[in-house]
Amino acid sequence: MKLHEYQAKELLASYGVPVPAGKIARTPEEAKAIANEYASLTVIKAQVHVGGRGKAGGVKLAKDANDAFEKAQAILGMDIKGLTVKKVLVAKAVDIAKEYYCGLIHDRNVQSFTLMVSKEGGVDIEEVAATNPAAITRFAIDPIKGLRAFEARQIALDAGLEGNLNKIAAMMVGLWNACAGSDATLAEINPLVITTTGEVIAADAKIDIDDNAMYRHPELEAYREVEAEHPLEVEAKAFGFSYVKLDGHIGVIGNGAGLVMTSLDVVSRVGGKAANFLDIGGGAKAEIVYNAVKLVCKDPDVKGILINIFGGITRADEVAKGVIRALEEGILNKPLAMRVAGTAVAEANELLKDKPINIYPTMMEAATAVVKEAAQ
Amino acid sequence: MSILINKSSKVLVQGITGREGAYHAEKMLEYGTQVIAGSTPGKGGQVFSALGKTIPVYNSVSEAKAAHPDLDATIIFVPPAAAADATLEAAHAGIPLIVNIAEGMPVLDMMKVVKELKSLPNVRLIGGNCPGLITPGECKLGIMPASTFKAGRVGMISRSGTLTYEASAMLAAADIGCSTVVGIGGDPMIGTTFIDLLPMFNDDPNTDAVVMIGEIGGADEEQAAEWIAKNMKKPVIAFISGRTAPKGKRMGHAGALIMGNVGTAESKLEAMAKANVPVADTMEEIIVLTKKALGL
Repeated sequence: MKLHEYQAKELLASYGVPVPAGKIARTPEEAKAIANEYASLTVIKAQVHVGGRGKAGGVKLAKDANDAFEKAQAILGMDIKGLTVKKVLVAKAVDIAKEYYCGLIHDRNVQSFTLMVSKEGGVDIEEVAATNPAAITRFAIDPIKGLRAFEARQIALDAGLEGNLNKIAAMMVGLWNACAGSDATLAEINPLVITTTGEVIAADAKIDIDDNAMYRHPELEAYREVEAEHPLEVEAKAFGFSYVKLDGHIGVIGNGAGLVMTSLDVVSRVGGKAANFLDIGGGAKAEIVYNAVKLVCKDPDVKGILINIFGGITRADEVAKGVIRALEEGILNKPLAMRVAGTAVAEANELLKDKPINIYPTMMEAATAVVKEAAQ
Repeated sequence: MSILINKSSKVLVQGITGREGAYHAEKMLEYGTQVIAGSTPGKGGQVFSALGKTIPVYNSVSEAKAAHPDLDATIIFVPPAAAADATLEAAHAGIPLIVNIAEGMPVLDMMKVVKELKSLPNVRLIGGNCPGLITPGECKLGIMPASTFKAGRVGMISRSGTLTYEASAMLAAADIGCSTVVGIGGDPMIGTTFIDLLPMFNDDPNTDAVVMIGEIGGADEEQAAEWIAKNMKKPVIAFISGRTAPKGKRMGHAGALIMGNVGTAESKLEAMAKANVPVADTMEEIIVLTKKALGL
């Protein structure tokens, strides 16, 4: 789950990380009131789950309350990479002396988190990594011991950061504590600002939370924004499916992540493009398959459906029953090609033999047929 | 013969009194796996009965190990929130091979487990989020459907459960069997990966070739390719799933995620090409390439 900047800052502040004062506004009037209260220079920042807000014009400086009104009016409703801005953060501007980068990423190569620190703050760190990797100091954190202040101080020195060493290290440790304490998979402060008066402050932050750990963070549930997700993805979640909306026209249903991914590849290989990834999971019963077909048929982008099942724990006859029910209820209203193999395939074929459903022996043949039919 | 497990392997089932644990304990017994003990906290003293066998249940893995010092392996059937704890319990009780099936473990939990296991070099963890492993005809330590596997001389390592079943069934249909098949799991952090298992297959006198089924996400396939180029004496056939998956979207498996430029199919295919490892473009081609490698 991605957090907005203001949510990430709230979380960091609760771990003692200094952040600029700021409040959320959903209307220009609210932005004006907040700027009035701060009676200082403010920054109006679009809150959307996407990078590059600044470049897109979603971050603007406001000199007073009236200016904050105008800037907020310009940003609210703006489209940034396909997302509409519905709220802005109105934050007190800080006097920047230096801008650094400090981030924790889940690094599969070190089987832990890597702390990355750089003097090149305020820019896209992936760009820095690509163009000037030497500008980033890396440190693999022991996930059991966590990040200690002496380690953080050394990293700050190694990276050549200038400023109050203890305060900088405290911010890094605070970032680690927030990351580990809330099961983040990514936590970054960018820029980490050293102000003209020597304060150390997190001027922007980005945090992603591990969905698998949400059960132990009920307090973070309030940060979830259902409207930020695709409606079909929200519906799929309610059914317990692993579903990803894609931009093609062939609905793909299968069992097992690997098999579904491979089905997408095969669709593409025969000249089509998948409209979704849908894994019904292991041991799915007819009802689940029925719901999967129903969901995929709701997608207006879908021009044909490929069902690819290799029965292991899942029984092919249960899959057949679900498909037949969808067909008989008139829900299945798009061309379908099906491939079933494995456990209970004989029973499945028996159920399907008199039905107007096209069955193919391999996923390649099924994909070829449905892509062709969908093109007509 | 095989790697990791064989017909004499003695197995513990953690969570044997639960629905999943009980179901799969019975299926493993049916296959011929020597399940000799179970454990569930608070259920010590009970017995688990299936197929005319009675299996003692213990309160802890250490109790089970004390009563059965010959335990070789354990398979864990507990919810993801309890999986890290159950894994460490088994590790500290001295069980050398641990299979963790659980899907949905928090990444931080797994990081801590992997770190702690580094201080226990005699313990090997397979998974989480995996189907387990099987030495066909001898021992099934997992949840895979037994019918798709045939005994033979091809080793298999896979990040995907269903593709493992599919590939094994296709090989079996071509009359090619497997020595040992290991499902290593679809999570971003797993206990055992390709480079841990390739050396074992390389040294196993009863394995002639290895099929590795990888997917997008991480760099395990790239590391494997490098290892193969330097050390592997036997032919390896690779398959990479998710070639058309978009960046930044998790494709079912928590680990099947391209982040920035890390974990792309292109990078994996390139690494395989560099290591002269033939890559199957389709599942069917796995069989063609395996036959070719075996001189069939």
